[in-house]
Amino acid sequence: MEILLFGITREIVGKSTLTVQQEEKLETVGQLKTWLGEQYPAMKKLSSLAVAVDSEYAEDTQTLAPGQEVALIPPVSGG
Amino acid sequence: MLIKIVEDVDLNEAYHYLQDPGAGGIDLFVGTVRDHAQGKQVVKLVFEAYAPMALNEMQKLAGAAQQQWPIAKLVMVHAVGEKMVGEPVVIIGVASAHRDAAFTACRFLIDELKKTVPIWKKEYYEDNSVWVNAHP
Repeated sequence: MEILLFGITREIVGKSTLTVQQEEKLETVGQLKTWLGEQYPAMKKLSSLAVAVDSEYAEDTQTLAPGQEVALIPPVSGG
Repeated sequence: MLIKIVEDVDLNEAYHYLQDPGAGGIDLFVGTVRDHAQGKQVVKLVFEAYAPMALNEMQKLAGAAQQQWPIAKLVMVHAVGEKMVGEPVVIIGVASAHRDAAFTACRFLIDELKKTVPIWKKEYYEDNSVWVNAHP
């Protein structure tokens, strides 16, 4: 699974796309968030961290499936 | 509706787009780069967007505004990239028959954009830089 990174999450990981291997068995958005916190403790220090699936904010219970576009959405600050 | 993400916002384009014979008022909000934040001197801002989702979220806000107020024309344009002090970075425009709706819808759109639209800004000071809102 490829995950698009923006803003501070891109800086935490050090690249703009993160590849997660299938062996990690991340089935839901919530599992992905937990895994990210374990791999990158700096993610846990953010004010919030949302996940978007196919350009829509996703709930933690949402199932991840192949072919979806997944992105991390750290606290937004447009305007 | 004129909704887009651009390198440089164009105020003239927005104003021309908003003109409408049925509109008695055009409300145009322009967000610009301020020279200070948290008591520090700001040198510049750098904006980035998750463009497809940002446009999607902006469309949703525009739709919500149109449901609530009688809007003749609507503009939401946000810039990305490096912006220096004084430069415009976002334009929200609403044309409506009466000014109340134009003011209220304009305020709604900029306030909600700041809450949900996936755009990020990094503030550069003399000595360091910070992603705005990233940490509590």
